[in-house]
Amino acid sequence: MKTIRRYLGIYGALIRYSVIHEMQFKVNFLLWIVVECLWFGLQLSFMAVLYGHTDSIAGWSRWEVVLLVGCNQFVQQLFHVFFVTNLSGLSELIRRGTLDLLILQPLNLRFLVSVKKFEIGNVANALFGLAVVFWALAKLGTWPTWIQWLGFAVVCLAGLLLHYSLTFILACVAFWAVRAQGILWGYYNLFNIARLPADAFPRGPYRAVFTWVLPMLLVANVPARLLAGTLTDWGSLVALLGLAAATFILSEVVWRWSLRHYTSASS
Amino acid sequence: MGKYLHVLGIGLQNTLVYRTNFLVRAAFGLIPLAGTLYLWRAIYAGQGAEDKINGYTLAQMLSYYLVLTLVDAFTAVAEDDWQIAADIKDGQISQFLLKPIDYLRYRLSLYAAGRLIYTTCALLPVAVFLGFQWQSVVGPVSGPALGLAVVATLLAGVLQFFIAYAVAMLAFWVLDVSTFIFTQFALEYIASGHLFPLDLLPAWLHQLVMFTPYPYLAYFPVGVYLGRISGAGVVQGLAIQLFWVGAGYGLARFSFARGVRRYSAVGG
Repeated sequence: MKTIRRYLGIYGALIRYSVIHEMQFKVNFLLWIVVECLWFGLQLSFMAVLYGHTDSIAGWSRWEVVLLVGCNQFVQQLFHVFFVTNLSGLSELIRRGTLDLLILQPLNLRFLVSVKKFEIGNVANALFGLAVVFWALAKLGTWPTWIQWLGFAVVCLAGLLLHYSLTFILACVAFWAVRAQGILWGYYNLFNIARLPADAFPRGPYRAVFTWVLPMLLVANVPARLLAGTLTDWGSLVALLGLAAATFILSEVVWRWSLRHYTSASS
Repeated sequence: MGKYLHVLGIGLQNTLVYRTNFLVRAAFGLIPLAGTLYLWRAIYAGQGAEDKINGYTLAQMLSYYLVLTLVDAFTAVAEDDWQIAADIKDGQISQFLLKPIDYLRYRLSLYAAGRLIYTTCALLPVAVFLGFQWQSVVGPVSGPALGLAVVATLLAGVLQFFIAYAVAMLAFWVLDVSTFIFTQFALEYIASGHLFPLDLLPAWLHQLVMFTPYPYLAYFPVGVYLGRISGAGVVQGLAIQLFWVGAGYGLARFSFARGVRRYSAVGG
């Protein structure tokens, strides 16, 4: 209990520091929020154009897909708030040998490496995603029960954990290859399929890989179906929770193994 | 001309270092592409096999994205805009002001080198992917259309470079250009037809977008290839494309000239 309180205190300080740092560049801070909004708008307009020519895609109606895109934005932006900057910075910490400084801190190294920078700007974008979720639900005319909202919170956390663990494993490649940022960039491509309805994919290797190995087709689909009340395949919910836990454990194994191979640079 | 050929040669050697990076990049890029293709298949499956969407058969629609991938490999700016902005910010550009070398032509040679290597590297994963999608690939509508599409693609590459160059010139005025680069890229992504063929838009919006430079980066060459744009449409399109290439060149030159006046050679 004491340890948890200590870490929460430290995290509070890290957040405060990140926000102060961010506020030095106010215009840039606002511009980034606008850029993210623009990309979110693109995703929505793509769906709007598609539904201008069809009424249903693999059984998903227009507002169900808007709900899906909103859910994906929410989870993805939360991932940005807590982790993306930190994980993409790991390769630089290793390359320059600045990781040494962090190793010497009397703190859990993985904690420090994962959450050092808190991106306050993306909180706004996560809220925009949530607003679109509300909007879509209003259009669908179904309001979820509090149990559904609770389940939504749980599966979103699971999706967040899944994104974090998978990206963390990829970031660990930096212990071997000096320029590992290209690999993280590759993960960004995977985000793009998370906002598509899983049912659009025929059963086959593609769908199997992105459901069971890199479960992109679960992270937004499960929360969206849960809220819309169309979650009939409870297996996918169990799979999301199970895979989130499993990849987190795997990432810890990879991390410990990688750290043993760390040979400090330039010091 | 000779010295820029030399720059091209150096550029080729330098970018060859990134060949694995490029290969992986191109291969990863196919994942969302496959997703988009599946999405369209699902849409057509819901319509019944014979239906067309706005005149596109399923094979034409899928081919749109496949040909677009090729055009994109050949014309996309990879790191050029970031490098140009960094040159300005770090004062590296000073050396070009002192030597008898023209920075725009220098960067254009490097861009050409980068694209040559990237296209070669991307060819392998893209060819494998095309092999899998073979039944859905529609050939060019005619021989001349293919030739015109190639010309339009070359012009698209030049236009793409001028746009990236002009945006990077903002580094003379602001400290961090990344938001501008991303904003420009977002606009380009939708208005150039990367997300969907632009003629799926409502007619008035489609016509409006066709006057902006963006469709001439991707949608136009692909449309010519597929025969969606033909006859007078091609002539008009090429004329507008040429206009934007000229305007892009002018803007690139102008912003550099204005920028250099403000330039303070930080760290240079």
